[in-house]
Amino acid sequence: MQTVDMQQLKSGEVNLGTSIMAVQFKDGVVVGADSRTTTGSYIANRVTDKLTHVHDRIYCCRSGSAADTQAIADMVHYHLQIHAQQSGGRPTVLTAANVFQKLCYENKDALSAGIIVAGWDKETGPSVYNIPLGGGLFRQPWAIGGSGSTYVYGYCDATYQDGWGRDETINFVKNTLALAMSRDGSSGGVIRMCVITEDGVERLFVPGNELPKFWEGEEVLSKSSNRTREFTDDMAIEV
Amino acid sequence: MTSIGTGYDLSASTYSPDGRIFQVEYANKAVENSGTAIGLRVKDGIVLAVEKLIHSKLLVPDSNRRIQTIDRSVGMASSGLLADGRQIANRARDESYSYRDVYKESPPLKELVQRMGLYVQAYTLYSSVRPFGCSTILGAIDKSGPVLYIIEPSGVAYGYHGAAVGKGRQLAKTELEKLKLSELTTREAVFEAARIIHLVHDDAKEKEFELEMSWIGAETNGLHLPVPKDLLEEADKKARDALEDYDE
Repeated sequence: MQTVDMQQLKSGEVNLGTSIMAVQFKDGVVVGADSRTTTGSYIANRVTDKLTHVHDRIYCCRSGSAADTQAIADMVHYHLQIHAQQSGGRPTVLTAANVFQKLCYENKDALSAGIIVAGWDKETGPSVYNIPLGGGLFRQPWAIGGSGSTYVYGYCDATYQDGWGRDETINFVKNTLALAMSRDGSSGGVIRMCVITEDGVERLFVPGNELPKFWEGEEVLSKSSNRTREFTDDMAIEV
Repeated sequence: MTSIGTGYDLSASTYSPDGRIFQVEYANKAVENSGTAIGLRVKDGIVLAVEKLIHSKLLVPDSNRRIQTIDRSVGMASSGLLADGRQIANRARDESYSYRDVYKESPPLKELVQRMGLYVQAYTLYSSVRPFGCSTILGAIDKSGPVLYIIEPSGVAYGYHGAAVGKGRQLAKTELEKLKLSELTTREAVFEAARIIHLVHDDAKEKEFELEMSWIGAETNGLHLPVPKDLLEEADKKARDALEDYDE
């Protein structure tokens, strides 16, 4: 069996080497993403919006090729508009995820797209669906994706708990993304988030200089040189 | 029929001077000459029943069914040209599949009926084809509950609580109107449907007929299935007996 290689972008293709995330909570979902878009080592856009609207209460987080995922999101948006017109109501998140899955699976050889679909609908309330590279479809309480996600699986496993409210969920997403962005070279910039509930979509923004900070290391060398000096001083007194 | 001989009835692609399309009206005549088909939309389900006229004693019982399954919970009864009904059923299955293919969920019947309406209407536009000689009753349980529609040869489709097409439709409609359809259970509706089919059958003109029935409801787990043999026979016998009492 052939495997899909994420690194096999064409030379010069714009990549979303990314940290993306979606978490459901009681009243809705929080989706979040970093903002870095790269072509090789060059940052093509440092304030990208990877949270893409596909319907009133359904968003997707895009990772992989920027061109591929934009095209897919456009097609799903089209399908959902038709669906909404014909049915006279809002489509479910599952319907949206199914359309994404169909496109990703049927064109798996041509695409590099890892997409998380999340939103709120009347039938199931909040839900998060993960569609990784081969075009599978998995419902999850939380999902992370993109190159940055590999660094923070352990953090998410250790931190996530059922029954959170809106603010706790926002903090979880913010912290996870900040950690991923600090370790992953192809993620960075700012954090963008959306809170999707029955009542609407609220956009949140965390500037690059206000990201949550964690332990970032001490100045080991200068400290040890201080200690050497102290030691010499002590020696001097003793002598 | 003053229209005959004027030439305006030779093609479905030509209007008469007063704005009618005679080929569509003739298609309706084909339906009027066929056995009655009825549909009941009740509290918790759908019942379809057909008076299938037996034109030869040599026919195998249960053959040439006029009720067909379109999707897991969508049933169809047709009246008129049987072969046309089969064509419509096949198209309905294709449309149902195509909706599932895109959205991965069963289509709402309203959507399926709209697509079938477009299909049937396209056959009223061209001189190279003839309109469908059948009226179709489509019944289902979907997200919104039990739903029932008729698609006519012109391509128009209406939603109904009680539907009747074919030879005995007028009498069947008056009988359906007497029922409190929204209070009936699906099981009760099976007996009412059998009674109506027997009532509208004209013994004097047609000798034999076979009662064909299907239902969708809680008892079928939401699936479109033929009414079980024992229940069908019970309903058939009860309807027969009631009619004999009525005649006496």
